[in-house]
Amino acid sequence: MKELSGIVEIVLRVNGEDRRAAVRPGDTLLRVLREKLGLTGAKCGCENGDCGACTVLLDGKPVKSCMVLAVECEDAAVTTIEGLRDHPVQQAFAEENGFQCGFCTPGMILNAAALVDAHPEPDDAVDREWMQSNLCRCTGYEGIRNALAAARKKLAAP
Amino acid sequence: MNPASHLGTSPIRTDAPAKVRGTLRYTDDLIRPGTLQTAVLFSPLAHAEIQKIETAAAAAAPGVRGVFTGADWPDVLIGLYMGDKPPLARGKVRYHGEPVAVVVADDEACALNALRLVKVEYAPLPALGSPREALAPGAPILHPELATYAKIPDILPEPGTNVANRTKIRKGDPAQAFAAADVVVESECAFPPGNHVAMEPRVAIAEYGADGRLEIDSSTQSPFEVRNLLARALGMPERRIVVRAGPIGGGFGGKAGIMLEPLAALLAMRFPGRPVRLANTREADLLSSPGRPGLQARVKLAARADGTLLGADIEFLFDSGGYADYAVNVSRAAAISCTGPYNVPNLKTDSLCVYTNHPFATAFRGFGHIELSYATERAMDLLAERLQMDPADLRLKNAIRRGDLTPTGAPMDENTGDLPACLARVRKRLAWDAQPHRVVQPDGKIRAKGISCFWKAPAIPTFTDAGAVLYFAEDGSATLGTGVIEIGQGAHEGLRMLVAEALQTDLDRVHVTRAVDTDRSPHDWATAASRSLFMAGRAALEAVADAVVQIQRTAAVPLQCRPEDLDVAGGRVFVRAEPARFLPLEKVVLGYVYPNGNAIGGPVVGRGRYITPDLTGLDPDTGAGKPWLEWTLGAEGVEVEVDPADGAIRVLQAACAMDVGKVVHPALARGQVVGAMAMGIGYSLCEGFVFDARQVVQNGSLRDYKILRYGEEPDYFVDFVETPQHDGPYGLRGLGEQGIVGMPGCLSQAASLAVGAHLAELPMTPEVLWKKMQESAR
Repeated sequence: MKELSGIVEIVLRVNGEDRRAAVRPGDTLLRVLREKLGLTGAKCGCENGDCGACTVLLDGKPVKSCMVLAVECEDAAVTTIEGLRDHPVQQAFAEENGFQCGFCTPGMILNAAALVDAHPEPDDAVDREWMQSNLCRCTGYEGIRNALAAARKKLAAP
Repeated sequence: MNPASHLGTSPIRTDAPAKVRGTLRYTDDLIRPGTLQTAVLFSPLAHAEIQKIETAAAAAAPGVRGVFTGADWPDVLIGLYMGDKPPLARGKVRYHGEPVAVVVADDEACALNALRLVKVEYAPLPALGSPREALAPGAPILHPELATYAKIPDILPEPGTNVANRTKIRKGDPAQAFAAADVVVESECAFPPGNHVAMEPRVAIAEYGADGRLEIDSSTQSPFEVRNLLARALGMPERRIVVRAGPIGGGFGGKAGIMLEPLAALLAMRFPGRPVRLANTREADLLSSPGRPGLQARVKLAARADGTLLGADIEFLFDSGGYADYAVNVSRAAAISCTGPYNVPNLKTDSLCVYTNHPFATAFRGFGHIELSYATERAMDLLAERLQMDPADLRLKNAIRRGDLTPTGAPMDENTGDLPACLARVRKRLAWDAQPHRVVQPDGKIRAKGISCFWKAPAIPTFTDAGAVLYFAEDGSATLGTGVIEIGQGAHEGLRMLVAEALQTDLDRVHVTRAVDTDRSPHDWATAASRSLFMAGRAALEAVADAVVQIQRTAAVPLQCRPEDLDVAGGRVFVRAEPARFLPLEKVVLGYVYPNGNAIGGPVVGRGRYITPDLTGLDPDTGAGKPWLEWTLGAEGVEVEVDPADGAIRVLQAACAMDVGKVVHPALARGQVVGAMAMGIGYSLCEGFVFDARQVVQNGSLRDYKILRYGEEPDYFVDFVETPQHDGPYGLRGLGEQGIVGMPGCLSQAASLAVGAHLAELPMTPEVLWKKMQESAR
């Protein structure tokens, strides 16, 4: 257990880079990414863990960055949407219209990337449980479902 | 040389890379150091007198720059069509979530800490929980000052009551029609207010400059409207206000009015030179900023024994909540289209917008049509049941056709879509005529189908406008500037395709400006009413034509021909009869330069304008007029599965066929319809505010306010009919909202069939369905 107060300096490993930030112990990872590091891909959709728009990967696992404190993440590798480059899931979302307004998209893509990594084979029950962490209000989920399938196909291709 | 037509192809959206990589900057991603942060105190009560607000302790807290209440701006009233809302509550609160005080501080933590020190004493007042309660004799009058509010002439409030607007439609002789009818049915239905739940909460950042100009960045669908309304509310001319709107994270009508901007502006004016950020939390976005209206409706239909509709007597009571906002025009829109897409020769309709003590309501996808459609479709189902007629046959028999008169008495013209064709496609998809509509599965679950028809016309000012400018770059490519906001719908993609088509050039040679800025962008009414591609599209085509004339004029000199003998296509301007005599556009669009350095022409700037040409208001007594520009007609159907054990309902398939005139980008068009259907499923099955007896919202967070999640969506079927809209660009008409409109109707029909009872309230949650099944089993 750490005990911290006031403003503390932390080092976060974000997208493969060491990033220093002066934070309050109570600052969420989401706010630090956005407001201290300029990584605004993660969105404040609800800041209550309900919508998933702030999803990032901690050591490859999807986490709602509004529900975790930045000071807790010093020993983890943080991947934000900005750190995902030409990932097949991103390509698939673009090609299959897995987005409209794009606000839920960074979180949706990171969650989907972790999903296809953990479960290369489609399984409706698993997909459903996994993807229900993220809300989308535009697409009716059709494009997102198609993008998941397309991404798995891309990843399976030799 | 001419590239193939782009229309009907589905290129990847140009905003895809930025959106899938998270680099697109939305309004709240514009983080600037030195910005003052705010925290707002919301009313915990739905109706109460404010007896005292203590702010001294909060004002003295660390980092706080000011604490403000309604008393700080005693005269400011904000409204869209009627100014009825103070920026912060004054004297009393009218809904749970109404802003009462705001703390401005150096950072959010300071603002939030200080907010706890603001103390408000309330004396609770009786709270109105529905329009009928609000209209009952002796009900408290929520706006005693109604007579004094500034408003537009089309809105007809009734001072001394809670009626913010009443729109009357009187057509033919309804009394005679009811007397002559073989069958009369009367249907009542209702649903509570709810919210848009755009994924991006609303935000406004304002700065008041030393030059006396107010600059506002806002997540708005209507920057020009915001500028105009702010000017009126603040008594400041438009020239001193600039509103900027980038891409926004979903709108659905919730960002079409005026929301956070006035308070942000007023605060900014107290701190000149410092940006002030007013950002909704999700809870504030759900409760405090406007949502969608609720409804109580009564529809009486008169028909012949063969199902032919003779007349209708309709009452819509819209639950507008504490303030009127866009809801006064939503109720008006519902009156204009009150019958649904059926020919009803005799008609009496009263559509009221009623104040209650619920969160207030603004525009919502469908704009009065989802509400009226639910009410009329429920009545049509009762009629079909009474006549023992197939519900789809009844709809086909009465489907509105060219030459029929709409409720406001104007004829359906040559642009009328083919509703029978839409209905036929949905019937076919659902195997409507081949299989029974209700089947009990071996596992005991019940599958049932439902079908509905819908229509929608934009309810817009008679002078709704759109401007467009077309600039060119050194490489000969064109940049289109409009006032259309990219809210996810893909309007910028559609506009890009229209311009490329008109210029007969490759898509990648056309760019559409993403951000809208009221100082620099051409005027545009609002990104609402599914009218952007239609109206800004018309303006864009005029801008192309204007640019082509300038290109011809410049090119005619070096090509030594008459300007009118030149064509523009494939990135070239060439002599029509002799295409080998040409200039590439890049040599012309900024002026032509001779080998010796002499130049002619100058930069081409295409200008385009559109304004709705022949619309009128409504006669206040009869509703007669021509307020609509175009009608999108369509049919929808669903198959649901209900588990009698627990009432759980799943939508297995949802089908929509609509007549959109022309499909520009099939994938995006489908995406709009599918998204709208999904929203309609949520609207019908799980959404809506839950209130306690004092009208305090019980589900004011996304944990409790349920919207559709991944895996709950059906198999979607979308089909388009293309009866051209002759005044629409390339024959197109609006399609962004319409997919939601028929969903409550067909879902109610299917669910009613499944549970064996006529369902007349939304949302149809498993609990509701289970109880109905228990009742019908008894």
